[in-house]
Amino acid sequence: MQYMRKVLSSAWQALFGDPVRAFGVVSLILLLALAIAPAKDQFSQWHGYQRQYLTLIRDRGDAVSLRRRFQPGIHQIWLPDLGVVDRCTTCHLGLKEGSLADVNEQPFRKHPVIPHALDGFGCVICHGGQGAATTVAEAHHSERVGEEPILPARYIESGCGQCHQNALPGTPQLNLGRTLLTRYGCVHCHAITRPDGSRVEATDHPPSLAHIADKTTREWIYSWLKSPQAYAISTTMPDFKLSDANASDISAYLVSASTPQAGDTDSAGVQANSKSGGPADPAAGASLYGESFCASCHAVQNAAGNLAGGDVGPELTRIGNKAKPEWLAAWLANPRIYDTTTPMPHYRFTKQQIAILSGYLQGKSDSDFGTGVHLDVANAQQIAHGRQLIVELGCAACHTINGVQKPENFAPELSTIGSKPLPQIVFLPGMEHTLSSYIVAKIRQPRAFGSSVKMPQFTLTAAQTDALATALLALTSRSRSMPDNLRVAAVPETNYQPAGHAGKLINELACLSCHRINGRGGEMAPDLTWEGSAVQRQWLIDFLHNPNTLRPSLIRRMPRFNLSDSDDKELTDYILTVYQSPAIDEEQAPTASSLPGAVEHGRQLFYSKYACQSCHIVDTKTDKGYIGPTLTQVGSRLTAAWVYAWLKNPQALRPGTAEPNQNPSDEDARALTAFLMTLKGPGGRGAKQ
Amino acid sequence: MMRQSAASKMLWACAWAAVLALAGVAGCRHTAAPVPALKATAAGTALVESSGGHQVGATGTALKDPLVVQVNDEQGTAVPGALVEFHGPGGVSFDPVTQLTDTSGQATASVTLGTIAGRYQLSAVTPGKSKPASLEIVETALGYQQRLGSILADKYCNRCHDPESSPERVSNYDNLEVKPHPFTDGNTLNKMSDADLTAIIRHGGPALSRSALMPPYGDTLSAADVRALISYTRAVADPPYQPAGTVYERK
Repeated sequence: MQYMRKVLSSAWQALFGDPVRAFGVVSLILLLALAIAPAKDQFSQWHGYQRQYLTLIRDRGDAVSLRRRFQPGIHQIWLPDLGVVDRCTTCHLGLKEGSLADVNEQPFRKHPVIPHALDGFGCVICHGGQGAATTVAEAHHSERVGEEPILPARYIESGCGQCHQNALPGTPQLNLGRTLLTRYGCVHCHAITRPDGSRVEATDHPPSLAHIADKTTREWIYSWLKSPQAYAISTTMPDFKLSDANASDISAYLVSASTPQAGDTDSAGVQANSKSGGPADPAAGASLYGESFCASCHAVQNAAGNLAGGDVGPELTRIGNKAKPEWLAAWLANPRIYDTTTPMPHYRFTKQQIAILSGYLQGKSDSDFGTGVHLDVANAQQIAHGRQLIVELGCAACHTINGVQKPENFAPELSTIGSKPLPQIVFLPGMEHTLSSYIVAKIRQPRAFGSSVKMPQFTLTAAQTDALATALLALTSRSRSMPDNLRVAAVPETNYQPAGHAGKLINELACLSCHRINGRGGEMAPDLTWEGSAVQRQWLIDFLHNPNTLRPSLIRRMPRFNLSDSDDKELTDYILTVYQSPAIDEEQAPTASSLPGAVEHGRQLFYSKYACQSCHIVDTKTDKGYIGPTLTQVGSRLTAAWVYAWLKNPQALRPGTAEPNQNPSDEDARALTAFLMTLKGPGGRGAKQ
Repeated sequence: MMRQSAASKMLWACAWAAVLALAGVAGCRHTAAPVPALKATAAGTALVESSGGHQVGATGTALKDPLVVQVNDEQGTAVPGALVEFHGPGGVSFDPVTQLTDTSGQATASVTLGTIAGRYQLSAVTPGKSKPASLEIVETALGYQQRLGSILADKYCNRCHDPESSPERVSNYDNLEVKPHPFTDGNTLNKMSDADLTAIIRHGGPALSRSALMPPYGDTLSAADVRALISYTRAVADPPYQPAGTVYERK
């Protein structure tokens, strides 16, 4: 101890013995302390990358200009409005250097072309990670509370989705994911509200099970519940992995709770079928199925196992296994009796047609489906257990079921799932600890996360799963704090409802399942919002009576609905009066007589200057263009005012149409209109005169 | 003395910590799951592509169709049970990487492209009887701009420029008197400058004294759309497009 004290005091003497010495020592310490900061810089990771960058550009042709744009030190994109402090550009030095397009090693790669300026949004808004960090590990891989690893590139479109709630042309994966969220009914159980407060609504149409016993048998329900995919590979109904007993109990409850509905079965129709001479003629059935364009909405699996047909209605590959004949006949006669909101049109089939078509559909059955299913009559206890299962599994979140209330907020809300903190997630062993891999794993195999997980097994391709994950990852808490001026709102479906008797017809024919009117409806067929300005009365009457082919290359076409003459006329007059465009000026409409020689001039313009024949047929003998509608009788189909306005700017009348805006002069557009309006007959005879 | 020993203890502790940390890092690197070795039951002499080559996909995503290759013997008959291994540049992943050919002699792998846009040279290798046989396959990854171009091309261009018809889209190619160039036609399109392509897209065929059957899209597509279309045609050109590049003089 004594010795220690001695040593210390002698050291003190040596260093701070007199003021001069003390001053010298203190200065030295201060100098050293000051040197630490630059030294730390010198050996920091980012400094190494900046030195590497300088080596990389040294030997390039444009080294001088690259060197001039290089600034040493920490770089930062600071955007207070967005809460962005990104120092990524400290190491990622070549992001904006066009001449480094051939550099493939990171961190010096050029940023691919995107629609935004890099300085305008920073990096982490799209890529995730910690913008303020200055080491690779912390910026890219941190899993600490409040931090997130960088987002894998394949989900990068989720970044766009934080501001853009609408469908962008450049983000197909995000758009698909959002469609799947609504199409697969995810939002029936999981509530999702957009940053603007609007709720994401489901677009699927889960059938009501209130009268299910009229439609099908308990055995079919059982087989379906056991494996929906075995019945229809395209179904969006998930697999709940039910045990035999549970599936049996659920089917027992559904059948026992089902109430009969007046008129939704038609045994007379079935009798008519059997009276007409044994089984219906399959060829007649197939041709009626084709003529009615059932395949525009319904798909059928062909021999090779591929689906052919649309996805608006359910797949019909094994409909004969499911539908009771008397129900099917009544459904074909008028689907709105069984389901008042079905997207299926009310075809006015004759009794004979119904017999042919229902016979044909009954023939679509699979002898392998549901074989060996024998269910004993259920007792009250089993039925009660079935109801309990229905409540527990949340079946009523999608389907209307008698005696079971629709549950509210059945599953966790997903409005900010894209910002779910990593420490809150229970990862499976061997799983990458990222939010994206968790979401993908949860969608792929929900039950792998525990036997108590209620979420059923969906059948999705890898691409669909990735798309769903992209849409979910876009639901970040950052998207809710974005400045209002950056938000692009979703275009919600309007609740447009056509009025009066014609409106009732439009609903019955389910025109909006395919056509869009005033912001509501499908996209399979042309938008009819301005149809009244476009077409001529007699043509529309004839078309509704017997729709002929306007676009020969399309496989989905307008079906024939067997409307009465008075209904044809009433619908036509409604469309002509109500669906008028304010942009079409009848006064401006050129007439053939107003300009001498205009017709011949228009013909020349059509064939030479504007070369319209590359897409349209005017004369069936010489023209072959196959993309746009055939124009052989356009003079009796469209109004001159519409043709003129269309030629001047097609996109203004129908946004998104494939016809390019050729921007013709008024004079050219008048001449072309005059020529087109002379085309009144089949085969282009009008054009010859 | 004590000071010294304390300092040396500190030093030792630091050294040990460093050693442990290094060991930990090294250990972590080596704990990747061991790949079970596949035992080939047969060997072929040649590899041929069945399907899945020349696909175009987005960067970082799985290609739509799997890559299928077939192992053949000298007579050209398929060999089941032969070992096939897929290789690709950094960023490309195969699922599975190694496998034995199935009963029809084929090996199937799903391919996920890397995050850089461009052409990916992939290869499949089989050990063979005496010497290994390999097969080169080319796939193309599109970046954001190129993919936007491909979407626009599908909407506005491919109905005429793509001679192939699909059930959903009948090609108009055969109906045109003057045949348009498919976007993959590198022999023609590579010779055209970006400015020429911009002119013909914006102002139509007559802008370059070509057929008026090609309409002008300048009032339909934005300048960014046109750039996207051009970058897409450059990406899918076959033979590949080589940009002229800027010539700088070295000081």
